[in-house]
Amino acid sequence: MSKTNKIISLQEAVQEFIHDGIHITFGGFTMQRHPMAFIREMVRQEKCKLIIYGHSPGIDVDMLIGAGAVKRVEVAYIGDELFVSPSPNFRRAVEEGSIQWEDYSNFGATLRLVAGALGLPFIPARTMLGSDMITQSGFEPEDRRADPKAAPQKHVLMECPFTGDKVILLPAVNPDVAVIHAQMVGRDGTVRILGQSYADDFVARAARRVVVTAEEIVSEEFIRQCPEQNCIPFFRVDAIVHVPYGAHPTACHGCYDYDPQHYAVYAEASRAGGDAFREYLGTYVHGASDHWDYLDRIGGTKQLSYLKADPAFGYNPGVRRR
Amino acid sequence: MDKKYAQDYSTAELMVTRAAKEIADGEIVFVGTGLPMIASMLAKYTHAPDSVIVFEAGTVDSALLHLPASVGDSRCVSGASTCRGLFDIFATVLQRGVIDVGFLGGAQVDRYGNLNSTVIGDYHRPDVRLPGSGGAGDIACLSKRTVIIMLHERRRFPEQVDYLTSPGWVDGPGGRERAGLIRGGPVSVITDLGVMQFDEQSREMYLTSSHPGISVEQVLENTGFELDASRATETEPPTVEEIDLVRHTIDPEGLFLRR
Repeated sequence: MSKTNKIISLQEAVQEFIHDGIHITFGGFTMQRHPMAFIREMVRQEKCKLIIYGHSPGIDVDMLIGAGAVKRVEVAYIGDELFVSPSPNFRRAVEEGSIQWEDYSNFGATLRLVAGALGLPFIPARTMLGSDMITQSGFEPEDRRADPKAAPQKHVLMECPFTGDKVILLPAVNPDVAVIHAQMVGRDGTVRILGQSYADDFVARAARRVVVTAEEIVSEEFIRQCPEQNCIPFFRVDAIVHVPYGAHPTACHGCYDYDPQHYAVYAEASRAGGDAFREYLGTYVHGASDHWDYLDRIGGTKQLSYLKADPAFGYNPGVRRR
Repeated sequence: MDKKYAQDYSTAELMVTRAAKEIADGEIVFVGTGLPMIASMLAKYTHAPDSVIVFEAGTVDSALLHLPASVGDSRCVSGASTCRGLFDIFATVLQRGVIDVGFLGGAQVDRYGNLNSTVIGDYHRPDVRLPGSGGAGDIACLSKRTVIIMLHERRRFPEQVDYLTSPGWVDGPGGRERAGLIRGGPVSVITDLGVMQFDEQSREMYLTSSHPGISVEQVLENTGFELDASRATETEPPTVEEIDLVRHTIDPEGLFLRR
């Protein structure tokens, strides 16, 4: 991918990169740094039948499930830890049988993306052994055969040809698209993430195409002054979208904290489901004309200032969490 | 100096103070969200100042100026030695064999310390879907030892877990080896009623102590499998200093220890 013309709008990014039935993965971890503005735009454009890979998503994937956009998830955990766990739409969809799912451990799910990023068909590990994650498969063999992009098997157990140790082989994942939210991206596409990277460096490298939403777009010259702080090279990034507060209500290290007040609103609506969740989407997603309107609806400048990170910490110790 | 025991404390506070004792000074500890965070911070403030807290989302030896609400919280970054991501922690720390003790929880535990945090009921059509393994299954497989913290109810202590998310001693002596696991296994289970450990020979859970005010009978009534209580004593209560640290320094917001 060339260095030029990568900057597009949120609306264009979803139109161009997201198609019904796509295999997709997102950056972030539970309550942190999910590309939420992109997720909301996907819901607005009514994308559906998504196949989602991840390690520890939360409100991002839960919102898509609640909007009826998801066909299958292959993950280790879906929840927002302190705020709402397990994610209510996920829980309900599994209990009702309205989505397909496959359980891996967090290490296992991460390794599938690592294998994809390394250009390998599989990767061995010493985890999940002795658990029902290797005896039970949620996604039936006939469903796997029907989907040419799915791994033919959940995993394979084998003895190491060198030592005889038992290992699990995990199939690589190469999603069609990865979407990550970063604090900073250069105009060329070079990505800088502050704080924990979670698995975003592998998430981006595993995918065929990558969209980066960012708090800030800076010049190529500036971001290359400290290349050791950058984690994804420009040529792996296909599109850049400028979305300040684009991870809200999840946290974005160095920029703003998670929003416990909005999480309470989301938790109530998603636990109730049905009309209550449709009403939530109506107010904060479909009813919002764009991301700026969304930010007004969650409390505008006053709430965003309240969440703003203290530069001494990278988060805001004053945010009331209970 | 004689220990000054606290008179007024909650069961959850007793659980975290007891759990903190599972950490020895200098040990490297894999910590999950909730009570393990409080227990591991308390250990650092008291008898284990050189213990090291590792979080799966990427940080090693956080200073933890404020209690995190997530293992990926920005609050884990402050003062850390390194801050990277899941691959760094799971592959090069946990799988590499560096973790001395990992903390686990779950909705169900059986006599061998196998834990379920995936589903209640049938996997394909569950009555209740839980969050899933997260890092728990990995911690259970790859730590040198694990400590389990959970609520003690009969339905949570069944003969058999509905789904085995995090392996304990699997099916008894030699079970981990047969599964291909090269280290680890659970050593303690700390609940709101008492403390259990595992017999060296049979690998079965037995009652080590019941908490002050809790009878051995109460523990047995709330356990769905046979539990040997012949070695049971009473759990040592928390000290005034421990309760003060937990309430005023570690969790002043009442995130995980609501009062």
